[in-house]
Amino acid sequence: MREGNFRLSDDVNSLMVIALMKVRVVVMPKQSVLDPQGVAVRNAVEDAGLETIKSVRVGKILELEFSTPPDEAKLKQICGDLLSNPVIEDYTKESIAEA
Amino acid sequence: MAAEVTAEVIEDHGLTPEEYGRIRTILGREPNFTELGIFSVMWSEHCSYKNTRLELKKFPTTGSKVLVKAGEENAGVIDIGDGWAVAFKMESHNHPSAVEPFQGAATGVGGIIRDIFTMGARPVFSLNSLRFGPIHGETPAARNNRSLFAGVVSGISHYSNCIGIPTIGGEIYFDESYNGNPLVNVFCLGVLRHEQIARGAAKGVGNPVFYVGSETGRDGLAGASFASRDLTKKSKKDRPAVQIGDPFKEKLLLEACLELLALGCVAGIQDMGAAGLTCSTCETASRGGTGVQIELALVPMREKGMTPYEILLSESQERMLIIVHRGQEAKVKEIFEKWDLLYALVGEVTDDGMMRVLHHGKIEVEIPADKLANDAPVYEREVKAIPVPAKIRIDELPPVDVRTSLLQLLAHPTIASKNWVYHQYDHTVRAGTVVPPGSDAAVFYVREADKFLAATSDCNGIYCKLDPREGARIAVAEAARNLVCSGATPIAVTDNLNFGNPYRPENFWQLREAVEGLAEACRKFSTPVTGGNVSLYNQNPAGAIDPTPIVGMVGIIEKERWITRQSFQDCGDAIFLLGPVGHEIGATHFLKEIYGRKEGLPPRLDFELELAVESLASQAIRKGLIKSAHDCSEGGLAVALAESCISGETLVGATIHFPKTAGRIDLVLFNETQSRLVISVGAENIAEFEQLCEASSIIFSRIGQVGGTELVIEVGNETISWSVDELYDSWYCSIQRAMANH
Amino acid sequence: MKIAVVQFPGSNCDQDCLHALTNGLQVNADYVWHKETSLNGIDGVVLPGGFSYGDYLRCGAIARFSPIMKSILQAAQYGMPVIGICNGFQILCEAGLLPGALLRNQSLNFVCRQVSLRVESCETPFTWEVPAGKILRMPVAHGEGAFFADAETIVRIEANKQVVFRYVDKAAQATEQANPNGSIHNIAGICNEARNVVGMMPHPDRAWDKKLGSEDGKFLFASMVHTVESLVR
Repeated sequence: MREGNFRLSDDVNSLMVIALMKVRVVVMPKQSVLDPQGVAVRNAVEDAGLETIKSVRVGKILELEFSTPPDEAKLKQICGDLLSNPVIEDYTKESIAEA
Repeated sequence: MAAEVTAEVIEDHGLTPEEYGRIRTILGREPNFTELGIFSVMWSEHCSYKNTRLELKKFPTTGSKVLVKAGEENAGVIDIGDGWAVAFKMESHNHPSAVEPFQGAATGVGGIIRDIFTMGARPVFSLNSLRFGPIHGETPAARNNRSLFAGVVSGISHYSNCIGIPTIGGEIYFDESYNGNPLVNVFCLGVLRHEQIARGAAKGVGNPVFYVGSETGRDGLAGASFASRDLTKKSKKDRPAVQIGDPFKEKLLLEACLELLALGCVAGIQDMGAAGLTCSTCETASRGGTGVQIELALVPMREKGMTPYEILLSESQERMLIIVHRGQEAKVKEIFEKWDLLYALVGEVTDDGMMRVLHHGKIEVEIPADKLANDAPVYEREVKAIPVPAKIRIDELPPVDVRTSLLQLLAHPTIASKNWVYHQYDHTVRAGTVVPPGSDAAVFYVREADKFLAATSDCNGIYCKLDPREGARIAVAEAARNLVCSGATPIAVTDNLNFGNPYRPENFWQLREAVEGLAEACRKFSTPVTGGNVSLYNQNPAGAIDPTPIVGMVGIIEKERWITRQSFQDCGDAIFLLGPVGHEIGATHFLKEIYGRKEGLPPRLDFELELAVESLASQAIRKGLIKSAHDCSEGGLAVALAESCISGETLVGATIHFPKTAGRIDLVLFNETQSRLVISVGAENIAEFEQLCEASSIIFSRIGQVGGTELVIEVGNETISWSVDELYDSWYCSIQRAMANH
Repeated sequence: MKIAVVQFPGSNCDQDCLHALTNGLQVNADYVWHKETSLNGIDGVVLPGGFSYGDYLRCGAIARFSPIMKSILQAAQYGMPVIGICNGFQILCEAGLLPGALLRNQSLNFVCRQVSLRVESCETPFTWEVPAGKILRMPVAHGEGAFFADAETIVRIEANKQVVFRYVDKAAQATEQANPNGSIHNIAGICNEARNVVGMMPHPDRAWDKKLGSEDGKFLFASMVHTVESLVR
């Protein structure tokens, strides 16, 4: 299991700072985009017995683990340019606190 | 720390006490746990063919065009002229597909593709032969079959499409005997110059041994042993034995390997397939007459704490072992890095004939490579003949509605159009597909060599169940017939034998009969067997599958204008039947589907007649006299005629007439007598065609004419007709309908 | 004069494209590896089909960051003819050289079949030699080919005649049956505002000879070659 911990030491030679940071990015298709996969899954859920299902949208989750906290502006740019395609997708991101 | 080798461990590894004794003799001591695992996998049925080797020796494997024989390397190689050659083979991935159809089928494709580029050939097309239980209805079995079918097609599609190799043909049968035991046999063909043939031998003492490709994980551990046991409910939890394929990684590997081979850096190359690192290490050493030493700590690993046993037996996909000429390491690294491939220098070629494996400097495994690769026991299994059934006569069968029978047969998934399947396969990549899926044989233009190749795969499991020897002979004859109808000359065969548990004498009898039938037919057609695969234990508590020896055959079409298709073309064209009207109704699809009887003596094959019919058809094609050619097979003449009407770009009808003396109408329409072709000829060529037929010794008859919007068949005074639209609807849409909501 | 066929890891139609150019048209063409940083000596670019980077993340999403793409963006700005076929089209959209995006086929299945295309605009370097009114036949083979853009963009590109190819039936009608993947307005290919960059899902590289079922792809490559020749002079 990975942990994030900070340990400052007076001893310069054995200075070890292990800082880990996780960011979870959720990418979903825009509401205006047809999601046939979501429709197929919705029908399967209904067939499987949950008849009150209204809709399903299928997206993806990306978990990014950094050794030092990332630059916020750069992270935003990458989320909106590489990790999601703004023509067809929206994203949200959150930092995940590690125990 | 190392696990102990006890009697129970030995049994768990599928080794008999005698086999264990043999191991001790070879080593001159007790094997350790890792060495035991190695022997267990190398001597499993899947890797060593210990139960079938004696039978496989019966195949004809030599011929003037054979450049690399069956058994020598990963695939056989055949000369196609002008310094060009083809490497091709068929392999199965049945058991993994039963448990996880998508990945089982995908990794099956990955495996056969690696076998081809390992030979130095660029893979240019694939075929596949699939078998499933029935897909209609709402029983749990039918639902499961639909799920397997969809998963397998998806898996093949995913892997082949991504790597960019077109899937251009094959066949799919649906029968109860495959319930729970799907068959997934994949064929791949690659092209190379003679001088590009690469060998899987560890040549050159002191040469470095490189590992390249994906990291090693715990995938498919002892997958080869898994394929050697029957499928039971328990084997569902063997799911970890199923590997995940990465076609993108394999594409990179393929390009990198072909570049390396072109540079001349490679002394030997082998893919890591069944039994992974173990098999590739000992086989290359054995072929090279050398030894190979590797250090496991250098092997790239995906998981932490893998034991030597796990590393050596892992079946992680997309990995190659490459023996490089000493001094060329820099060039090799440059290419691996260009393609962003993970690689590691893991060992070297030695001169002591040993497979020696170190783990952190400590010797873990030390086995004579040659004995490990080649001294697996060879067994002669017991056989028990199953009596061949009696002929069935038509007058035993109460007449049925012939009209609906044809529609029913056309809608049967075995006979119906497979468009639902092949529209999911990229069959146009590599810009070479001349006759796409849907015809008797696929035709491909190999632009590198400026040559046309034809390929097909065939096997009628009903014939093979009821008379395995004749069924196997017919599988070869049908493949040859299909190639000839496309304008080709057959040149060679690859086979995939799919049978049940070889320890049951009846099953082994079927296998022996099939091998002997196949061997005889291959001799008669001058098509040597270049290699293939055996898949045993295809059975579950419900029983064994029908014996299914699948034949993959390749042919060459010398001139583009000889390429012939199966659909009728123009109104007014005359329709001929080459061969007899026929009368054999036993083992037919008509008998099985309409009467529910999978019985009776299958049709007989007359080699002389078959060769004469094929020769006549070839001659007529070369003289440019033939507009379409289609063989009669499942469903008989009626299905062949219907398909000729509805499988082209536009639907066209035909009017067919037989005299009353031909026989009862259902017999004429649905018998499956062999060696018969439906040919259409343009009006201007009729006279010359008839002359050609008369000069041969074959029975032939002019049976009708192309035209209209209906297929009309008269036998004496009885006339039946179908509109081409309703024939098309039954045939084209059947599988789509069954799979609509699977 | 030289035309470049770009190779990304996972491209698998690069050889087909090169062959269509060098054998089909006897034109000077060669591969350019995606890690190159210059297009010196290149007069036209083909981004071929395939599964660059395994289609991971999104089709073309990673390829668009390849080093060569900077040079291609620059060259395109200067009017160099650039065509993206299938995965190439996906890469051009991801790179912002073309509007819109390609989504998973509506049927959720990969589809490989012959389609008929109506050429909606002859004013691109790739279509000006297509005979007026000719319906082109060539194959599609993709799992993610449904063209999508927001309503505003669609209105704009239709008005601007930026739709270059449309899926039609044999009677040249843009029907639902003619649409293999659910693209909005049966759109099979588009161009940028400057009209020098074209992206299309169907494969002209697989329709360069009658024996393959169609040689209609030749019109597109010939148009490109002749445009480049005239620009170079």
